[in-house]
Amino acid sequence: MPTAIEYFKFLPKTNCGECGHPTCLAFAMQLANQKASLDECPYVDEEAKRTLQESNAPPVKGVTVGAGDGSLRMGEETVLYRHERRFVNPTAYAVAIPDILPEAELRELARSYLDMSFERVGMVFDLDMFAVFNASGDAERLRAAAESLVGMCSKPLMLIGAGAEDLRPAAEAIRESRPLLYAADEDNVSPMAALAAELGLPLALRDGTLDGMAGLVEAARKEGAEDLVLDLGSDSMKHILESNTVARKVSLRRSFKGLGYPLMNLVGSGEEGMMMAMLSTMKYGSLVVFDSLEPQQALPLMTLRQNIYTDPQVPIQVKEDLYPVNGPGEDSPLLFTTNFSLTYFTVRADIEKSRIPVWLQVVDTEGLSVLTAYAANKFGHEHVAAALEASSALERTSGPVVTPGMVAKMSGKLEEALGRKVLVGPMESGSLPKFLKNLGV
Amino acid sequence: MAKVPLPKEKWSGAITSTAMGDGGVRLGGAKGMPFLSFEDPDLPLPLLAGEVVDDLEDFPSIVLDFFGEDAEDPASWAQRWRGMGADLVCLRLLSTDPDRRDSSPEEAAAVAKSVADATGMPLIVYGCGLPEKDAAVMEAVSGALAGHRSILAYVEEDSYKKISSAAMANKHAVLAFSNLDINLAKQMNILLSDFGVQREDIVMDPLMAPLGMGLEYSYSVNERITLAALNGDRMLQVPMVCDASQAWQVRDCAEDEEGMGDPVERSAWWEFGTALAALLSGADMLIVRGPYAMQLIRGAIEDLGGGA
Ligand code: SF4
Repeated sequence: MPTAIEYFKFLPKTNCGECGHPTCLAFAMQLANQKASLDECPYVDEEAKRTLQESNAPPVKGVTVGAGDGSLRMGEETVLYRHERRFVNPTAYAVAIPDILPEAELRELARSYLDMSFERVGMVFDLDMFAVFNASGDAERLRAAAESLVGMCSKPLMLIGAGAEDLRPAAEAIRESRPLLYAADEDNVSPMAALAAELGLPLALRDGTLDGMAGLVEAARKEGAEDLVLDLGSDSMKHILESNTVARKVSLRRSFKGLGYPLMNLVGSGEEGMMMAMLSTMKYGSLVVFDSLEPQQALPLMTLRQNIYTDPQVPIQVKEDLYPVNGPGEDSPLLFTTNFSLTYFTVRADIEKSRIPVWLQVVDTEGLSVLTAYAANKFGHEHVAAALEASSALERTSGPVVTPGMVAKMSGKLEEALGRKVLVGPMESGSLPKFLKNLGV
Repeated sequence: MAKVPLPKEKWSGAITSTAMGDGGVRLGGAKGMPFLSFEDPDLPLPLLAGEVVDDLEDFPSIVLDFFGEDAEDPASWAQRWRGMGADLVCLRLLSTDPDRRDSSPEEAAAVAKSVADATGMPLIVYGCGLPEKDAAVMEAVSGALAGHRSILAYVEEDSYKKISSAAMANKHAVLAFSNLDINLAKQMNILLSDFGVQREDIVMDPLMAPLGMGLEYSYSVNERITLAALNGDRMLQVPMVCDASQAWQVRDCAEDEEGMGDPVERSAWWEFGTALAALLSGADMLIVRGPYAMQLIRGAIEDLGGGA
């Protein structure tokens, strides 16, 4: 963001007041606070506007790929380390679909990927994009394949071809769906960038060196292509880590301007592919493209992405309170656990899995887990009773109270303190669904 | 052509480096953020400890199937790890648990010695998790491994004196455990220093929460610890151990469920994902349970740590 002084430099300093502010300086200060718009002063010339806009640009440009429901946003990141602020737009995962497949097989392959979806902690994980790849070398086949996929689903597409003429028919045909064109390199950057600019589509650039990439970005912008995604190469994990880190770091620090775009990696498949994909997910990749991906790989990978893109501001302790899970009623069982959020999330997820309505009381244990809290005298029957009292839990339900199996020892004293039947739950949270079902409520 | 500047940091601190075992294995020594060769051209590679337990009850069958009969004998199991490129053995003396076999400190120490003798590798040794019993066990283990510098695990804020003393008696290192908090981690190291443990003899475990069960908290706590250490906080400049084997606690890691693909491969990626997050956030040593994961992690370290 430009400062008030930087804005002031570009104002006429005549203090004419037409902008509605008494002086140019007052106006400049409002601009720096984002409380005014540059257009309000009729005397700022175009050149000055452009310069100011450049320094106003976010450090990593936001790029939209796809249109409508399935559209994806990439980039717009503001930090190197996630404890500083939440990472903004999660890494997107794409799988390749070769255009050489007969129509029926192509649709079947796409369908199998669309069906690969997982539910975890109340969220659905699935693939984000298809990368249609001009394996046939025939531009018309690429167009047919792209149209077929657009007809099947709302997932954004990436079109992979050797040059602008290979991509043009497909890009024109599905222009409304805003595909990502892949890729411009040093040999074809002018025609590729011109095609992207003409159709208003996002464009991927490919160069294995940072300096070479900076040159490509300049060349692409000269043709009018602005929505860029950078592929700095995926030769090795080391290369991905270092290239992505440098590109992101110089952009955030504004020590170099030309690399402030979303980053992508083409990782292939198999062991190497997965290793690079996990790395790219943690280290600044906005898009990872696979040749193929199996469910036993996709689930851990997508779980990693969910973890890394979680808001770091979410506290590690959950508030002491009574939480309804699965819509409990007057006779639902009453479970309790500690306020260590990892424990709470695990228990909650397992109860949700059972689909059985439960009241879940969180007891303030200063963020300690069940056993540690019990050993530290912060999770005794008296603490549990006090928490249940404070939340009026016993008035909400006449159901049984259930202790975690690990603190079974407290059940007798708790029963005395509450005057309510206390059952001992399983040792592991994972056994809760079975336990709750056997409870028969 | 435009020249992109290398954003090299000027760190004022480094992680301590300490020799383990008979001196051939070095732990720690990082001078920059993980695997950035432009920050540290000869970066030290993180170490891998293969997990061995002396009581197989409730141990995942995927791992037991792989090691077969060797899993019955800790020394044979550890030798298999050595063949697979492990740098250390993580020995968990679970049999000392009164609810299991309640084996004596002497029996446990003999197991530790057999592993050290068979492999020549340094050990990181855990008891059963009950402070009283662990103190007695570690005292015996410390003596049995005298002259073969190992790590005694673990000490916590409210029970650290006995195990620290046992470690100091024979020049072993201690593992300082803290619960996912940079301040607690630092406090623990200060506590040990005040007690007389040399900084070179402290290794820390800030709790690596596994993939899908809070990994993000650990990733950020680790990063903050590493950044603080490199920025000169001496009390955080000790090597960090992350226990990737905790991945196996997560239901989705190895459960055989419809639509989730092959559990053997999935469990390897679950542990690998946990391990890679630990490595990228500053781990100097990992504890690994799965053989396939060990192979993947070894490959990743060789790639990431490879010459420019
Ligand atoms: S309109 Fe422009 S020139 Fe006039 S006071 Fe406002 S900023 Fe200054």
